[in-house]
Amino acid sequence: MSEKKRLHLHVPEPEFRPGDKPDFSNVTIPKAGSVRRPDVDVSPEEIRDLAYSIIRVLNRDGDAVGPWADLLSDDELIRGLRHMMTLRAFDARMMMAQRQGKTSFYMQHLGEEAVSTAFQCALEKGDMNFPTYRQAGLLLAQDYPMVKMMNQIYSNEEDPLKGRQLPIMYSEKEYGFFSISGNLGTQYIQAVGWAMASAIKNDTKIAAGWIGDGSTAESDFHAALVFASTYKAPVILNVVNNQWAISTFQGIAKGGSGTFAARGHGFGIPALRVDGNDYLAVYAVAKWAAERARLNLGPTMIEYVTYRAGGHSTSDDPAAYRPKEESDAWPLGDPIERLKLHLISKGIWSEERQLQTEAEIKDTVLAAQKEAESHGTLHSGGSPSTRDMFEDVYKEMPPHLRRQRQEAGI
Amino acid sequence: MSRMTMIEAIRDAMDVMMGKNDDVVVFGEDVGYFGGVFRCTHGLQEKYGKNRCFDAPINESGIVGAAIGMAAYGLRPCVEVQFADYVYPAYDQIVSEAARLRYRSAGDFTAPITIRMPTGGGIFGGQTHSQSPEAVFTQVSGLKVVVPSNPADAKGLLISAIEDDDPVIYLEPKRLYNGPFDGHHDQPVTPWSKHELGEVPDGYYNVPLGKAKVTREGADVTIIAYGTMVYVAEAAVKETGIDAEIIDLRCLLPLDEETIIASVKKTGRCVVVHEATLTSGFGGELLSRVQETCFYHLEAPIQRVTGWDTPYPHAQEWAYFPGPERVSRALEQVMEA
Repeated sequence: MSEKKRLHLHVPEPEFRPGDKPDFSNVTIPKAGSVRRPDVDVSPEEIRDLAYSIIRVLNRDGDAVGPWADLLSDDELIRGLRHMMTLRAFDARMMMAQRQGKTSFYMQHLGEEAVSTAFQCALEKGDMNFPTYRQAGLLLAQDYPMVKMMNQIYSNEEDPLKGRQLPIMYSEKEYGFFSISGNLGTQYIQAVGWAMASAIKNDTKIAAGWIGDGSTAESDFHAALVFASTYKAPVILNVVNNQWAISTFQGIAKGGSGTFAARGHGFGIPALRVDGNDYLAVYAVAKWAAERARLNLGPTMIEYVTYRAGGHSTSDDPAAYRPKEESDAWPLGDPIERLKLHLISKGIWSEERQLQTEAEIKDTVLAAQKEAESHGTLHSGGSPSTRDMFEDVYKEMPPHLRRQRQEAGI
Repeated sequence: MSRMTMIEAIRDAMDVMMGKNDDVVVFGEDVGYFGGVFRCTHGLQEKYGKNRCFDAPINESGIVGAAIGMAAYGLRPCVEVQFADYVYPAYDQIVSEAARLRYRSAGDFTAPITIRMPTGGGIFGGQTHSQSPEAVFTQVSGLKVVVPSNPADAKGLLISAIEDDDPVIYLEPKRLYNGPFDGHHDQPVTPWSKHELGEVPDGYYNVPLGKAKVTREGADVTIIAYGTMVYVAEAAVKETGIDAEIIDLRCLLPLDEETIIASVKKTGRCVVVHEATLTSGFGGELLSRVQETCFYHLEAPIQRVTGWDTPYPHAQEWAYFPGPERVSRALEQVMEA
């Protein structure tokens, strides 16, 4: 009598761990310009293959090629480069400010700068983003005052959120930037609700939901897809696949399926997969999805393939779970370098202007930082009023909170 | 004035508010075409169109999460969770999002939503059609929690909830939908059409949130109750002949402490009753408040009559439900002390 084969649990592992030499040569990266550009009213069934490919515009020589190219003017491209450089410089200063103890916490965008900055340029005034904590480019691409962001990071006397929120959990309605929550995935279904509201009121505005690869495992990801699909909500459902959710590689959230974009198809939502380090490609797909939404054709899912080059946060050391060289080995390169090369190959940019711009941006960020610090940092200088702790729990303060405020002696 | 059941009064409140304000939208599972499994939204889709009243996928987190997004846009959603027992998948959206949105954004965004859900037992609903989860909401800063006990209040409180700029958890004791119930399950139930509280004002009016109602004045002991237990308390008072004052809280958060304190200071005794389980139930909070504020006026330990600390059983319904007999016993004990 043969013994029954014993079961065993499958726990996926990333290919490389600290000490390994990362090698992505087996990762298939389609050639720039090789993926077709369908009409926006295409049926989801006709573009299933796009959820398994990668839309790319910039080739290795920095040329913009194929059907998704040629959408942005020279000025817009230069602006785009500046936005990404600003975000990187901003991150660098704030990372340092955290190390200096001026704030408790920070999260950077290193390597993902193209995703949020290019996307924002495809939106119009009045549209609403429901971001995660790694899309500050949505604000910087609108030339949002850096000082205000820093005031929030420092929880100082000018903090627009009055010291109540963890650093980087910005909220800016006027700039179409929904209040960030620490709870992952919650904003994805809220984005769909906002878009439904716009449709209910026969408005022209659209919404964009944001989620990372790891958080697609949250239940609200599923809720968002069901609602977006059922009501054909004018929403763009963005998945930023940066390969890592803190220490867990994207395979832990993947459930064995091919790509995150492909999940849209289970819900009849057309899906695109795009090179997230290609500013032009990100802008082009965002524009395509926005147009679909504005024409009442319904939701679009976009997966941005990118790489989280930095640590998850200032509380994280990636050397504990992945090779140090992995981000250099990542085949899609650096978004800033790639756009810079494109501008140079177009003859509208130079290494010299790059250095000049870098210096200019650094000065601007430093000046903003100086101004923000004049209003205080977390442990020194001006602070938000303690009285503010009790405000805004409700529209009007109920008696029990008034009593507690008195007890607190404020 | 019209004669209405609680169901009709709740529907009328939504009808009034949908007529008054285009931003009010109503949705939930089976809420649209069918008009709700309890008929609370009957006719609203036909009257206001599918854009204003519609069916939702079976996903409570989705229903509440979408409502929060709509509220952020500027609408005033009034959504339904089919049974309070099924609200838990939406707990993250309610606690982490709706309740905190105003605070965390310093008023940049708000969530003026109402979440209706049938609550309470006494209907052989078993474990997942009988729960009273109010305490999981009253401990959340930023929420308001309402439990009406009769048609007139139900309409006025729901109108207030929909108009309120804060998120409101609106718990509807389904045992009271068609008539008051005092726990005497072996006796026929009087429908609202034969009860004075079935008289509901027509059109718009409101009952303010945060104001309790003394439903019976008395001198000897204060009974704090809400929902179905208001009628159970009345029955116990009748049966014991004890001159108790009965407070129907109507709104648990914010709590009308003034009414409670004035009453207990007058009577010197207090019994708290609710269907929900005892440990960490809302009664614990009521006891603490009374003890803190009325200590020198208390002539007996405060008593609690509640559901047992077990899941809500099916066959043992009447051994579980805190009926008039148990309330009577507590009243007698508190008077002897």
